[in-house]
Amino acid sequence: MYGMTEIGNKPQRGADGAGSAVSVRGLVKHYGETKALDGVDVDVHEGTVLGVLGPNGAGKTTLVRCLSTLITPDSGSAFVAGYDVLRQPRQLRRVIGLTGQYASVDEKLTGWDNLYMIGRLLDLSRKEARSRADGLLERFSLTEAARRPAKTYSGGMRRRLDLAASMIGSPAVLFLDEPTTGLDPRTRNEVWEEVKRMVGDGVTVLLTTQYMEEAEQLASELTVIDRGKVIAKGGIEELKAKVGGRTLRIRPADPAQLRPTATALDEAGLTGLATTTVDTETGTVLVPILSDEQLTAVVGALTARGITLSDIATELPSLDEVFLSLTGHRTSESLDSTATDLEGVAA
Amino acid sequence: MSTTTVKAPAAPPEQRRPEARTEPDTRISLRAHVRHTGALVRRNLLWIKQDAESMLDAVLMPIIFTLLFVYVFGGSVGQSLGGGRDEYIQYAIPGLMAMTGMNMAMGVGTGFNQDFQTGVMDRFRSLPISRSSVMTAKIVVELLRMLIATAILLAVALIIGFSVESVPGLLASVGLALAFGVGLMWIFLTMGVVMKSAQAIQGMGFLVLMPLQFGSSIFAPTTSMPGWLQAFTDYNPLSSLADASRGLMNGGTPVAHDVWVTLIWSVVMTGVMAPIAIHKFRTRT
Repeated sequence: MYGMTEIGNKPQRGADGAGSAVSVRGLVKHYGETKALDGVDVDVHEGTVLGVLGPNGAGKTTLVRCLSTLITPDSGSAFVAGYDVLRQPRQLRRVIGLTGQYASVDEKLTGWDNLYMIGRLLDLSRKEARSRADGLLERFSLTEAARRPAKTYSGGMRRRLDLAASMIGSPAVLFLDEPTTGLDPRTRNEVWEEVKRMVGDGVTVLLTTQYMEEAEQLASELTVIDRGKVIAKGGIEELKAKVGGRTLRIRPADPAQLRPTATALDEAGLTGLATTTVDTETGTVLVPILSDEQLTAVVGALTARGITLSDIATELPSLDEVFLSLTGHRTSESLDSTATDLEGVAA
Repeated sequence: MSTTTVKAPAAPPEQRRPEARTEPDTRISLRAHVRHTGALVRRNLLWIKQDAESMLDAVLMPIIFTLLFVYVFGGSVGQSLGGGRDEYIQYAIPGLMAMTGMNMAMGVGTGFNQDFQTGVMDRFRSLPISRSSVMTAKIVVELLRMLIATAILLAVALIIGFSVESVPGLLASVGLALAFGVGLMWIFLTMGVVMKSAQAIQGMGFLVLMPLQFGSSIFAPTTSMPGWLQAFTDYNPLSSLADASRGLMNGGTPVAHDVWVTLIWSVVMTGVMAPIAIHKFRTRT
């Protein structure tokens, strides 16, 4: 349907596995007719966060379930921290942590009992399991709620407990499957802060998300998947630059010069493909550019007309735009928000 | 990497990662297995503490069943046994004790199924534990519940006039009921893994257990039943279990045959269903 973008075809540093904490080649998983994963390659370098971005049903969860040995892939290979998903599942389980839409805690148990139980299941001694539970509850600010059943926790507390549960074994690789889906923005920020702290401790993270903002906040590299296929991969900035080019935001020193600035640029015929936009609210003119030469030409054209500038900045396109241009359809997130908007209008 | 690779037929492209760890997969030691099961038993016991209502079936069912059968049918069935209600108490209590475990065994399947719905199971399955320990823990806790239910039933029975003729016989029959219960639990655990919802398991369970229980010698002697039904009750393992329990507790009748039949059923159910349950659990996606 659509090929990989150029970025994806470029040789990856992790292609030979050097420094990869997670290395996946040609992973395939079918559910009857549905190809949940259709030949996926993924690399996560040690100590980094890889964002796996895709809409609902793209295969993100199937990927995480394969990597955490919950399901067996039909073909392909996958290594996590050097362990083979197929041949060394038990050793692999010892070095991973899993938090997600599905792998959750026992609601009927208290926060403390949940962590203690997982500690014991990870072969900690009673004493170690106890101190680990206390320490993690403290760290995730759950000490006060430690003796309450998890079902009484708020959404944010539940996610923090989930994160704490996945940290008990001090995992080398952490899988976070849509860690903030269904959380309000404030709680989401809370979870992000926790994840950033965990990354600061050196854990390698594979994060799946539908939220562009989340990937931008947490991940250094990105793999975009859609319908079981990788459609792009690379650094976030790199990917955005590649797909959408850049936008110049120009602020004339004199706000009255706003329209003349736009006219000058249109007449200079520099923008070619796209159009100049005047943003009166911020008093700026937006110009899409494709190269550094165009940037220089823009400045030249404005200088020639005697327009003085107070500010000029380049902006990268949003990830939502990236996704649209890669897949030809919008993410479910934006579809959802469109639906909500329409409902709002109807009401 | 190496360019001198000997050409192997149908070999996948060389994908060995440089940092690949080659040590064979670890085995889980018996000690670790016991420790894991213990942690999971603790979890299931905390459930009961958290949700005391879940013990209602264990506490109330034996009382209600006993009183119901003894006072509703006891008089008339007792007459046909050549006595009265007292005669029926001696007849029915051993069978009822054998039966307590059965309806409770169903709880194992429904509880297990709920763990899948809530996502706790995926957490367990991503941990380096033997998957059978999750099942063993359920069985251990259910056996404890069965023992409690049996003790309550015995207390009620003693109050309404049941007399234990042989204490070793009583213990032996409780052991027999537990062994049979374990076999049933593996069947229900398999259903818990395979079937979609807890309600479906419950519905199916009653559908199978009710005819088995009533079409047996648990509640009444089979001699007055029509021939075709007798043919069924004779081969119904619940009849063997009830007859064995009755013989062991009351004495006076030879029990060896029924004890053997019950034991063989128990062993076969566990031997066949446990591997199936564990396999289904392993491969469930």
